Amino acid sequence: MHIVVCMKQVPDSGQIRVHPVTNTIMRQGVPTIINPYDLFALEQALQLRDKLGGTITMLTMGPQMAEDSLRKAMAFGADRAVLLTDRFFAGSDTLATSFALATAIRKVGDTWGKPDIVFTGKQTIDGDTAQVGPGIAKRLDLHQLTYVAKIAEIDLAGRSITVERRAEGGVQVLRTQLPCLITMLEGTNSIRRGSMADTLRAARAEVVKWSAADAGIEDLTKCGLRGSPTVVKRVFAPTAREEKAHLIDTTGLGTDQIAQALMTEVLTRVPAIEGDLQRAAASY
Amino acid sequence: MIDETFDAIVVGAGPAGNACAYTMASRGLKVLQLERGEYPGSKNVQGAILYADALEKVIPDFREDAPLERHVIEQRMWMMNDRSVSGMQYRSDDFNEERPNRYTIIRAQFDKWFSKRVQAAGALVICETTVTELVRNTQTGRVIGVRTDRAGGFIKADVVVLAEGVNGLLGERAGLRTPHKANHLALAVKEMHFLPRDTLEARFNLQGDEGVVIEAAGTITRGMTGTAFVYTNKESLSVGIGCLISDFKETGETPYGLLEGFRKHPAVAPLLAESDVKEYAAHMIPEGGYNAIPQLYGDGWLVVGDAGQFVNAVHREGSNLAMTTGRIAGEVIHQIKARRDPLDAENLSLYAQKLEKSFVMKDLKKYRNLPRALHNKHLFTTYPNLISQALQTWFRVDGVEKKQKENEIVKSFFRTRKFTGLASDVWSIARGWR
Repeated sequence: MHIVVCMKQVPDSGQIRVHPVTNTIMRQGVPTIINPYDLFALEQALQLRDKLGGTITMLTMGPQMAEDSLRKAMAFGADRAVLLTDRFFAGSDTLATSFALATAIRKVGDTWGKPDIVFTGKQTIDGDTAQVGPGIAKRLDLHQLTYVAKIAEIDLAGRSITVERRAEGGVQVLRTQLPCLITMLEGTNSIRRGSMADTLRAARAEVVKWSAADAGIEDLTKCGLRGSPTVVKRVFAPTAREEKAHLIDTTGLGTDQIAQALMTEVLTRVPAIEGDLQRAAASY
Repeated sequence: MIDETFDAIVVGAGPAGNACAYTMASRGLKVLQLERGEYPGSKNVQGAILYADALEKVIPDFREDAPLERHVIEQRMWMMNDRSVSGMQYRSDDFNEERPNRYTIIRAQFDKWFSKRVQAAGALVICETTVTELVRNTQTGRVIGVRTDRAGGFIKADVVVLAEGVNGLLGERAGLRTPHKANHLALAVKEMHFLPRDTLEARFNLQGDEGVVIEAAGTITRGMTGTAFVYTNKESLSVGIGCLISDFKETGETPYGLLEGFRKHPAVAPLLAESDVKEYAAHMIPEGGYNAIPQLYGDGWLVVGDAGQFVNAVHREGSNLAMTTGRIAGEVIHQIKARRDPLDAENLSLYAQKLEKSFVMKDLKKYRNLPRALHNKHLFTTYPNLISQALQTWFRVDGVEKKQKENEIVKSFFRTRKFTGLASDVWSIARGWR
């Protein structure tokens, strides 16, 4: 089985500030990390490979420094990594990004065998659009399984896959044919600690670097800023809510008294709860 | 288990480990360096002053791309009491030379750069990996590799270099040294105060990349043995203070309490005014000196840097000793390897011999008794107060005749510390210094 995992190197958005005067994002000195959502996709891919055999190819579009993240992914156990890097990709929105990645995945297929599954994270923490995965699926005509919480079953011989998809109000169990694209939901697994052998292999491995031309992209007008119809009209920092946290002084109080103080506070603020609680208590 | 055997495994990617790994890798040895931090430098803390000479002997062209902050052209030595500063200042345009001797640096950036050079020299550097144990041959006891906290983590090597820093838990667990004594360790805390470049340069009378170093001692450590510092970086000041852990334990003082006091001192506060504190850090410094140095080599292992207690507390030197011991260890290993001899205790004793002949051991030996002499609270409280008082008497113009002023000053010393006290202080310092 061949699995492609699309991954992005992102600034650690927890450490980003918006400049109070100019409203621009201050990226200086902010460390870069693997998009956390992509790690759920990677771990799922690793588990499938460990069970069913095959290889995992990591794919990232980004600047040269994204090589560090790809190497890290290999230290977790991925078999190879491809970095799509070219100045023509600068300024890509989700449309241009999914175009470039889809073309590169085709090239990955030509080079190392057609992928059975393409994984992406649910979304990235810097763009938060969740559009690139579906964009790739559409362009490559792959069956699309988004917000997947669990892979219930894969039948490689019968080319079918069954997954559980988190949906509003419940879980959908979906079955489709391979090849497919899966965007993996967060919290579904936790990334492993790579073995010593994988860590050594990753430190020595060569990250394959493809330019737009290497990836087989002919129409450069579909790449980067030129291929991106999205325009950022305004960036602003959300204003803090006026309501402040209320500190209850519990010095010298026992647990019962603290609970009492908390409940009094809650019931004063949201009196409606009292009826609910009493009904719940009565039903015991 | 990993199937291959490395010529050397270096544990730790600080200045000692990097100098050692670079020296060996650039001479063609197959080197693996293991670092527990997320990246080299992520766990490392220093003031920090870089002494160029030690690095130059490892990487002669380091000035071309190393992230250096400012070259030091001025040194201030401050003796402080609660309200005053007396001291010495040395500033020279001679320090504006082509290859400056001292630089301020920011370690997180510097160590990253150093590690890039180590990797370019051919060493394999692996981060986020903790060495948990030295693996020995069960019959001979010879160290044959390390075990890490990763699955299948046993890796073989002909020699293991312990560059694990001051805490040295690996060496301690392996029984290579005894646990630290509280009076052999200092605990230092520091903050990074950010200021606009222009403001900083105006406050310290600097141009371009010129820098100032302030080292201070006195009542700021509240009777404990320790010093404080202010170093100028490009757009920030490194401000810190440190004392012996045994003293913290005895007095119940806190490191942050001392730092707060130092920051608010009337001579320091104006230098830091309106600065933006963005980082704080704490670190232990091995200050036991020569007498605290553990066994430095054995069958299949060597110790370099802070793990070997190589710090000259009097001269605020540490990272240069780390780089020098790392380099010498690397050279010795290469030399033994080149003549195809085993890396056993007998051959590795060359490391200790070379250290004895270098400034490292000579300097540490010179001050071997000084730590004890400096453990004297009068040096940090009584004398700064007496000296401040004396200078104030001397400089104040108030109609009192000079002869009387001289008498007052001399009397104040004898009244406070008695003849025997004065004599014993002078004697112990002089003996420690010789």
